[in-house]
Amino acid sequence: MNGILLQLFQDTLVVVIAPLLLGWVNQCRAWLQNRSGAGVLQPYRNLIKLFHKDAVLAHNASPLFRFTPYILFASMWLAAALVPVVATDLPLSPAVDVIALVGIFALARVFISLAAMDIGTSFGTLGARREMLVGFLAEPALLMIFFTAAAISQSTSLVTIVETLAHKQFVIHPSLAFAAIAFVMVLLAENARIPVDNPSTHLELTMIHEAMILEYSARHLAMVEWASMLKLLAYTTIGFALFMPWGIAEAGNWSALPVALIALFLKLAVAGAGLALLETLSAKMRIFRVPEFMGTAFLLAVLGLLVHFLHGN
Amino acid sequence: MTNLISALPIDIALGVIVYWLILGLAGLLLQNTRAITQLIFPAGALGALILAAAALGSLGGDTNVAVLPLGLPDLPFHLRMDSLSSFFLLLLGAASIGISLYSAGYFRDMPGKTLGLLCFEYHVFLAAMALVFLADDAYMFMVAWETMALSSYFLVTTDHNIPETRQAGFLYLLIAHVGAIAILMCFGVMQAGHGDYTFATMRGAQLNAFWASVTFLLALFGFGAKAGILPLHAWLPEAHPAAPSPVSAMMSGIMLKTAIYGILRVSFDLLGMQLWWWGAIALTLGLVTALFGVLFAAVQTDMKRLLAYSSIENIGVILAGIGLAIIFHSFHKDALAALALTAALYHALNHAFMKGLLFLGTGSVLHATGERNLGKLGGLIHRMPKLALLVLVGTLALAGLPPLNGFVSEWLLLQAFLLSPGLPHSYLNMLIPIAAAALALAAALAGYVMVKFYGVIFLGQPREAKVVEQAHDIDAWERAGLIWLALGCILLGVFPVFFILHIDFVAQLLVGHTLGISAAQTGWMWLTPIQPERASYSPLVLFVIITIGVLFTLVVVKKFYHGRLRRGPAWDCGFPEQTARMQDTAEGFGQPIRQIFEPFLGATRTVPSPFDKNPHYHGESHDRLWNLLYLPIARVTEKLSAMAGKLQHGRIHVYLLYSFVTLLALLAFIR
Repeated sequence: MNGILLQLFQDTLVVVIAPLLLGWVNQCRAWLQNRSGAGVLQPYRNLIKLFHKDAVLAHNASPLFRFTPYILFASMWLAAALVPVVATDLPLSPAVDVIALVGIFALARVFISLAAMDIGTSFGTLGARREMLVGFLAEPALLMIFFTAAAISQSTSLVTIVETLAHKQFVIHPSLAFAAIAFVMVLLAENARIPVDNPSTHLELTMIHEAMILEYSARHLAMVEWASMLKLLAYTTIGFALFMPWGIAEAGNWSALPVALIALFLKLAVAGAGLALLETLSAKMRIFRVPEFMGTAFLLAVLGLLVHFLHGN
Repeated sequence: MTNLISALPIDIALGVIVYWLILGLAGLLLQNTRAITQLIFPAGALGALILAAAALGSLGGDTNVAVLPLGLPDLPFHLRMDSLSSFFLLLLGAASIGISLYSAGYFRDMPGKTLGLLCFEYHVFLAAMALVFLADDAYMFMVAWETMALSSYFLVTTDHNIPETRQAGFLYLLIAHVGAIAILMCFGVMQAGHGDYTFATMRGAQLNAFWASVTFLLALFGFGAKAGILPLHAWLPEAHPAAPSPVSAMMSGIMLKTAIYGILRVSFDLLGMQLWWWGAIALTLGLVTALFGVLFAAVQTDMKRLLAYSSIENIGVILAGIGLAIIFHSFHKDALAALALTAALYHALNHAFMKGLLFLGTGSVLHATGERNLGKLGGLIHRMPKLALLVLVGTLALAGLPPLNGFVSEWLLLQAFLLSPGLPHSYLNMLIPIAAAALALAAALAGYVMVKFYGVIFLGQPREAKVVEQAHDIDAWERAGLIWLALGCILLGVFPVFFILHIDFVAQLLVGHTLGISAAQTGWMWLTPIQPERASYSPLVLFVIITIGVLFTLVVVKKFYHGRLRRGPAWDCGFPEQTARMQDTAEGFGQPIRQIFEPFLGATRTVPSPFDKNPHYHGESHDRLWNLLYLPIARVTEKLSAMAGKLQHGRIHVYLLYSFVTLLALLAFIR
């Protein structure tokens, strides 16, 4: 019963704080760029604004196009709800292990790409193609990162991984270092951040994510945007689970929950600031450099796994 | 009725085979389009249903044996139905229900004479495949195998007035026979001088490691030729697109699995031993095949060729699973071997459904538009919404997305990789992470291919308005066939434990271990291959939660949103002169892959000059193996036959001289 309560609490928590994380990242970026910024609450205002607008659909939009934002939102919500964010006592987590989690991200990616191709505009298909280009290297890289952690903890369940890494004996795993670098690269690419994509422009020649969602408006756009905020949160918390699992409460340990919450917010604040710093320091790369970037991430991740297989036993 | 139930499964299977042959003959004699499509094909589907039910019932039951008093004197045909045969008969029956139902609608416009012949070949093909799975001696096996090859050759060359089709058919026949020779030699080695070609003798023969390895390699080569494993894949992307779509679906969905059956039968059943490096070869070859197939699929512009290359990929994945199972089995890690084998078998079953569904879908598109070229299609979701929905299921399944079936087998196979540390061999420990990475890459690329496939055909604006405008949606028979296969994809995806409990009988037979124990502990909802705390996956829960999530969001948005919606022209960054030609073509969508993997693909392009009044772009990706391997072999063969031709003068006295010299030589040799 407690588990179900916790699951519901986490489901609500992630939906509510996802825009906050994005707002914090944007605010940090603004500070780093010597601007005053719109405040951490701006994403909420944007969502409210979008929900007030009239939706406009292109003439030849098919039902797939209208339905996709909901699938996207539901699958990203599920992804964010599955990661042990504050405690490991999640009843849903046996249903979806890390491989299935990668599958859920792939499901969302395929749907948004298909929706982007639905109207049949030049930018839509361009965005879909580029998204799949980034995805086909990011997906196996993420899988290999998970495999490294799974090989260490002898389980593909994210909960067990966290319990092993956070609460069992403390050992330094060299393979996790490779995985961590690869993970940051995958996070940047998958969440359409600089240097792979720029979330804040409609600069036509370089956009990926924005190109795909150009035809969405109002509530559909709000769902899509909210889904990408949830995705950013999911990725960030996956990073915490794998590489900084400190503070996450053990199953049944309710008194540790407030500490876990505080730890979560602290970690999010640091990670958000770090993300903003990374984005400010690097420049957007040409689209043809992206495969090299992603290829490097993939190789690093495989190297991490290889190190574990050769060294760990 | 009681008689039918008490009949042995093998008798029912034989009955279905005879029934199919009769149906084929009836079609040949009737030559009436209406009768064949409305009666014979649905009747064939009924036979397939009975076969599938019998096979399902006999999984885990007793092994049945039968002897047919046919064939040469004193050499009757032996038949045997064990769990492995039953599993593949189930695959055959279950997938061909959908394909036969679909055929009843698909061939409605074909002239009676052609259709009569096609109906005959089609049912002979089905019967021959069933016999391949039942054969228990090498004679029966080869007769069934060759009947299967020939009937499918004639099916491929249905449109024989097109030169490319004839070429494709010839290539197919050639490689099929090169493979058949290897299979024949493989049986020859296995009978080990006993002169008895029943499989029972072969099981008893104790081969030493060298001859066992020769047998395995011959089997891998021979069956690999039928499965399209690199480098014997060249016929596959030619022959599958040339055939009518239901035939493509049968060849890709079912016939390729006969080769998988053959590899399993020889390496796990007939040969009493296994060496780990066989598995390493199969694993490497499988992954190279998978990556090759998916890369070429990504750059295709013909929708059926794209699917054919995707079949090469999937066969590669299945072979990789078998290779992994051999590795584990040879190190006596039977639980892991069972896991890898289950993944391979499950993928074989899944692929029959997914690929059948998609090939049939392309058939309907072809029927409705007359166009196979992706560059001329587009926007069909508006014209053919029912087809679009059903094909979407197959697309997502083949892309390996949860909660559909393609993901389940991928998940099982990745688990097998992940659980493999601790093999007593350091090179293997190095190979396995790299192999897992290659598999993950192939799976991710499959997503790319499927987005291209679905997006270019069904979404966007019609690229050639006149091609798409006349399109009509599918008829009832076609819909029934497609729904059967789509339902299969969903059920196999959402209730994997139910099916895996049946596959367990095959794993028990081949590696002496099953996955089912853990499933029984944790219930049918949870897929837990080894232990619940190591890995678990519940597609049903996943499916239900995503559905609840979607519905909840829809309801909440509907409640709080004012609901105003209007239609307008596409925005496209404010660009007003948008035309259908500005979307990506299939070429455009595959361009990044072509660019990144250029060294492997052998792409050539001619880009027109900017001053060209009538510009024409041409891009092509060649299979490098064709130039590096096939053409040299063809050249050498031609040279050798030219040299042999010199012996041929057409003069009788020269031939008499040859006979005389041969006789002398033989006498000298025997003395």
